[in-house]
Amino acid sequence: METAPKPGSDVPPKKDKLQTKRKKPRRYWEEETVPTTDGASPGPPCNKKNRGPQRPKNAHILKKSRISKKPQVPKKPREWKNPESQRSLSGAQDPFPGPAPVPVEVVQKFCRIDKSRKLPRSKAKTRSRLEVAEAEEEETSIKAARSELLLAEEPGFLEGEDGEDTAKICQADIVEAVDIASAAKHFDLNLRQFGPYRLNYSRTGRHLAFGGRRGHVAALDWVTKKLMCEINVMEAVRDIRFLHSEALLAVAQNRWLHIYDNQGIELHCIRRCDRVTRLEFLPFHFLLATASETGFLTYLDVSVGKIVAALNARAGRLDVMSQNPYNAVIHLGHSNGTVSLWSPAMKEPLAKILCHRGGVRAVAVDSTGTYMATSGLDHQLKIFDLRGTYQPLSTRTLPHGAGHLAFSQRGLLVAGMGDVVNIWAGQGKASPPSLEQPYLTHRLSGPVHGLQFCPFEDVLGVGHSGGITSMLVPGAGEPNFDGLESNPYRSRKQRQEWEVKALLEKVPAELICLDPRALAEVDVISLEQGKKERIERLGYDPEAKAPFQPKPKQKGRSSTASLVKRKRKVMDEEHRDKVRQSLQQQQQQQKEAKAKSTGARPSALDRFVR
Amino acid sequence: MTANRLAESLLALSQQEELVDLPKDYLLSGSEDEGDNDGEREHQKLLEAISSLDGKNRRKLAERSEASLKVSEFNVSSEGSGEKLVLADLLEPVKTSSSLATVKKQLNRVKSKKTVELPLNKEEIERARTPLEQEIFNLLHKNKQPVADPLLTPVEKASLQAMSLEEAKMRRAELQRARALQSYYEAKARREKKIKSKKYHKVVKKGKAKKALKEFEQLRKVNPAAALEELEKIEKARMMERMSLKHQNSGKWAKSKAIMAKYDLEARQAMQEQLAKNKELTQKLQVASESEEEEGGTEEKVEELLVPDVVNEVQMNADGPNPWMLRSCTSDTKEAATQEDPEQLPEPEAHEVSESEGEDRPVAEEEILLREFEERRSLRKRSELSQDAEPAGSQETKDSSSQEVLSELRVLSQKLKENDQSRKQKASSEGTIPQVQREEPATEEEEPLLLQRPERVQTLEELEELGKEECFQNKELPRPVLEGQQSERTPNNRPDAPKEKKKKEQMIDLQNLLTTQSPSVKSLAVPTIEELEDEEERNQRQMIKEAFAGDDVIRDFLKEKREAVEASKPKDVDLTLPGWGEWGGVGLKPSAKKRRRFLIKAPEGPPRKDKNLPNVIINEKRNIHTAAHQVRVLPYPFTHHWQFERTIQTPIGSTWNTQRAFQKLTTPKVVTKPGHIINPIKAEDVGYRSSSRSDLSVIQRNPKRITTRHKKQLKKSSVD
Repeated sequence: METAPKPGSDVPPKKDKLQTKRKKPRRYWEEETVPTTDGASPGPPCNKKNRGPQRPKNAHILKKSRISKKPQVPKKPREWKNPESQRSLSGAQDPFPGPAPVPVEVVQKFCRIDKSRKLPRSKAKTRSRLEVAEAEEEETSIKAARSELLLAEEPGFLEGEDGEDTAKICQADIVEAVDIASAAKHFDLNLRQFGPYRLNYSRTGRHLAFGGRRGHVAALDWVTKKLMCEINVMEAVRDIRFLHSEALLAVAQNRWLHIYDNQGIELHCIRRCDRVTRLEFLPFHFLLATASETGFLTYLDVSVGKIVAALNARAGRLDVMSQNPYNAVIHLGHSNGTVSLWSPAMKEPLAKILCHRGGVRAVAVDSTGTYMATSGLDHQLKIFDLRGTYQPLSTRTLPHGAGHLAFSQRGLLVAGMGDVVNIWAGQGKASPPSLEQPYLTHRLSGPVHGLQFCPFEDVLGVGHSGGITSMLVPGAGEPNFDGLESNPYRSRKQRQEWEVKALLEKVPAELICLDPRALAEVDVISLEQGKKERIERLGYDPEAKAPFQPKPKQKGRSSTASLVKRKRKVMDEEHRDKVRQSLQQQQQQQKEAKAKSTGARPSALDRFVR
Repeated sequence: MTANRLAESLLALSQQEELVDLPKDYLLSGSEDEGDNDGEREHQKLLEAISSLDGKNRRKLAERSEASLKVSEFNVSSEGSGEKLVLADLLEPVKTSSSLATVKKQLNRVKSKKTVELPLNKEEIERARTPLEQEIFNLLHKNKQPVADPLLTPVEKASLQAMSLEEAKMRRAELQRARALQSYYEAKARREKKIKSKKYHKVVKKGKAKKALKEFEQLRKVNPAAALEELEKIEKARMMERMSLKHQNSGKWAKSKAIMAKYDLEARQAMQEQLAKNKELTQKLQVASESEEEEGGTEEKVEELLVPDVVNEVQMNADGPNPWMLRSCTSDTKEAATQEDPEQLPEPEAHEVSESEGEDRPVAEEEILLREFEERRSLRKRSELSQDAEPAGSQETKDSSSQEVLSELRVLSQKLKENDQSRKQKASSEGTIPQVQREEPATEEEEPLLLQRPERVQTLEELEELGKEECFQNKELPRPVLEGQQSERTPNNRPDAPKEKKKKEQMIDLQNLLTTQSPSVKSLAVPTIEELEDEEERNQRQMIKEAFAGDDVIRDFLKEKREAVEASKPKDVDLTLPGWGEWGGVGLKPSAKKRRRFLIKAPEGPPRKDKNLPNVIINEKRNIHTAAHQVRVLPYPFTHHWQFERTIQTPIGSTWNTQRAFQKLTTPKVVTKPGHIINPIKAEDVGYRSSSRSDLSVIQRNPKRITTRHKKQLKKSSVD
């Protein structure tokens, strides 16, 4: 779902501005001050009859005028505009009167009403409500589109000169080319002692936590390289993950799941999550999903410290997991080549997709929830469409098979194969990465063990047996961040504020489902059930069409015979309608049948064929 | 003279066949004579029948032309109404030509003549079918009557040779006496039977039982073999009882008693007595080979109960002692049986012949009757003379006494079998060969089945099914049943076929999906491991291939999907009650028709989302947790949920909207300010209608001031 773009430093809205735009509605507390000018109708102008038709008209004009590719249609805004606003103080004419136009496609991006479905005929009242809803949608989407202007940053990218392959460009070249600040983002941590590393960036992209298999756990502000904590847990570390903020850190150790704060103090040891292999944090639900060797997928609510659901996947050891950021569904890869989709509300998987002939080695889902990349033991890398079809869009056989996969915010796909990482890029943000040509490649000093793109930065963090490598990938991160949602530059106070707000807006765990838009739909089954029960209770259907009752007429025309006649007339008319409809249907069917059968039409000579 | 008569009768006896033929001939000739007279009438009828074939009133009522016996109130004459048109009538010429008459006569004669009778198999003749037959055979045998051929007995021969007038007279007198005595006896029996006093009957029964027991005791002392036989009979009676399940409290009488038992001590006692008797009767005797006996008994029972009589008759007749029982009993009885067998051998032939002789019946009956009486008389005399004097183990006594014991001990079972026996007797008295022939194939059909089957066939349906199954096993047998079965099965198979095909397609699709050769990525930086150890990598690949050769991922997935689809399908509701309206029990299934009738088919659900996606299983279960958060009541102006859904599709939260849009979307309808008094609404505040009303109120307050000018103003304001 597209969120409205927000400027980096969000300015608190000015209320007076909002009110100055339109003529102030008269309030009851201002009644004394406003003199009644016209005696005949002293009431406020919010006369229902006057106002009703005016509004949609307004909106109509808005639509025509504001959304246009042309720079300006000068005629209509003038019609719409008040004569008083046309006049400026200096008396000069405004060369671009009216609000600035908005490109249609940008507006379209923010439109959410699904107009593909044709509605049944509705009453006038319903229609007016629908119109209002549509007008509102348009208005808000136009506003959102207009504020896209505030997204100042643009994504960078690598472009080879004609014939040059971008994959040949190595990190050193990039570092040489970019500015010092960016160049500082490329670094290597040589940590050969504590084995292959897993790593995780915080949601703001400012902090990095990594855990070596031999117990080394550290968290640091990777931009400033300021170390927050560094400990050795004296136990194998399988996975590491930040919770909602950088202050809390979940570490999947050999036996149990531990939670540390940013100073390395162990806060919790969660023994109900044992032998955890992979961790995943769902930020809007405050859920920590853990996949264990015992085959259980456990959801832990970190805001209240309760286990929401413990689901048995019934597929053996679980060590491939990723989350769908769009709908918070957990994807698990299994050894029988399937990927199963889980929600804490259901005991069974929401869906199961057969992806590979061998076991699944890695799964990743892109930030829009549209594409899923999987790699399996059959050395194949596939990209699946998750929008209902679950079919592979593109498939490639990799020489060694990918052990780790990750998507960047802007849809770049990275695959870790042995000690090499390959990055593929797509056309834009919402397009799948094309596997034709790798965008970048890089060789590391040891086999890859963990991969993640840093949010809001063009940086890819790679954990390997030789330590941590932070490499530059132009065009990987989202250039504009939402200052209210995840602000990399936030202070401690701001973080605390945000924490409270986020907790208040926490989404219940049971709302996780494949299609989050389904929540905006009516529960048809309950609705039908309720209707049925109501009919049973009342003994009749209150919504059923009442039988025709002829109006009484005067001058002897309301005789019984004529009443019956009129009734009969209506009845016959209805009957005829029905017959007409059924006839039409029949004809259509016949047509279809004909269209089908034309292929193999029997000829008259067929009878002689023996 | 008498001799002459006798000789004549005997002659007649020997010429029985001709006698049989004669009446038919006569009849035929008679009919032919009448043919001319009736010809026209028949022709008329034929015409009528033909005319009634078309048109709606096919059963047109015949007009009454003559007096007839049957007069119905609906139609004047019943004659001709029920008559059917026979094909032969149609084929016949309208008028019989005289030239053909002789030929026809000859033909008819030939036709009426029985086919040459082959001598029946010895084995078949040997079988004494019904108890009656057995008895007759016994009698014949005892009296050294010829069995094989209807020739004279040595005694008869002697008497034929030397029978004077006096002797003949005496014989006649004796016959008369015997008849009289018989009639007396019958009358007495009838009278006694008519006595309604239950107590009397009880007493009589008890007495008889006691007597039988005593006799049995005696017999045991005197003739253990005979006693054993007797015991067997008693056992058989018990078995019958066990089978019949009488003497339980399910009868009419028992039920009435059960009702009364609460209040009536006597009734209670009677009931208890009956139950005790039931127990006693149903108690199994301790025999060495119990299971065998049980099996035999049950098998017989099963046959009796469930297979039609015609089929079973042979078995029933041949019952005597059950062969299984025989084997299980002591060797003594076996010997006895073997002794009996050769004796019985010649008898059936005679019986058969006597059966075939329809005309001779009365004479033979007389003889038998006479002999029986003689026996009985002698027996009585003997018993009167000396009770303890040797009953000499004579077979007669045994027979009669056994008869009585049987009659007393298994009254109930006999009642049960009465119908069957009477039918059998009738059959035997008719004694027509066609019937025998008819019986034969049936038994032939039946026997192999009975022998072959390992499990018990209990109903006719099952029997049929068994047959079908067999047919299925050996498909060479072209039977209509088989065809029917196949035709029944094929429609079942047909929907399967496309499904399978479809699945195959799916399979292929999936295979394609997973095994398509995808172009491999050309990467600049190839992983070092691969670079270093190329052959090792190949080896590894081979290993992986081998490792995954066994488990077919695709097949497993398809299986899983099929299961999921099956599980999500709405289930049919089967309301059949086994045993309701038909026989039930272990191994019995309710009939297909019944099942079909009481099967409520679940409505076909909406198509699955993953119907066309071979590699996906989408869970179709409803997420109730999510549903709890959904809207479940349509608000007012909306009539369809789509309409309402459109109005709530736009998000109003600040996450999805700009600040301004969010504020606008969430502005309250009514804005209040703290510290300000909200005055009650005034008429002027709310549009013109209420303002006019306020004017009216003004008018009402001082109606005198109302002027035309005021009115005009009012109108004006209202227009505004």
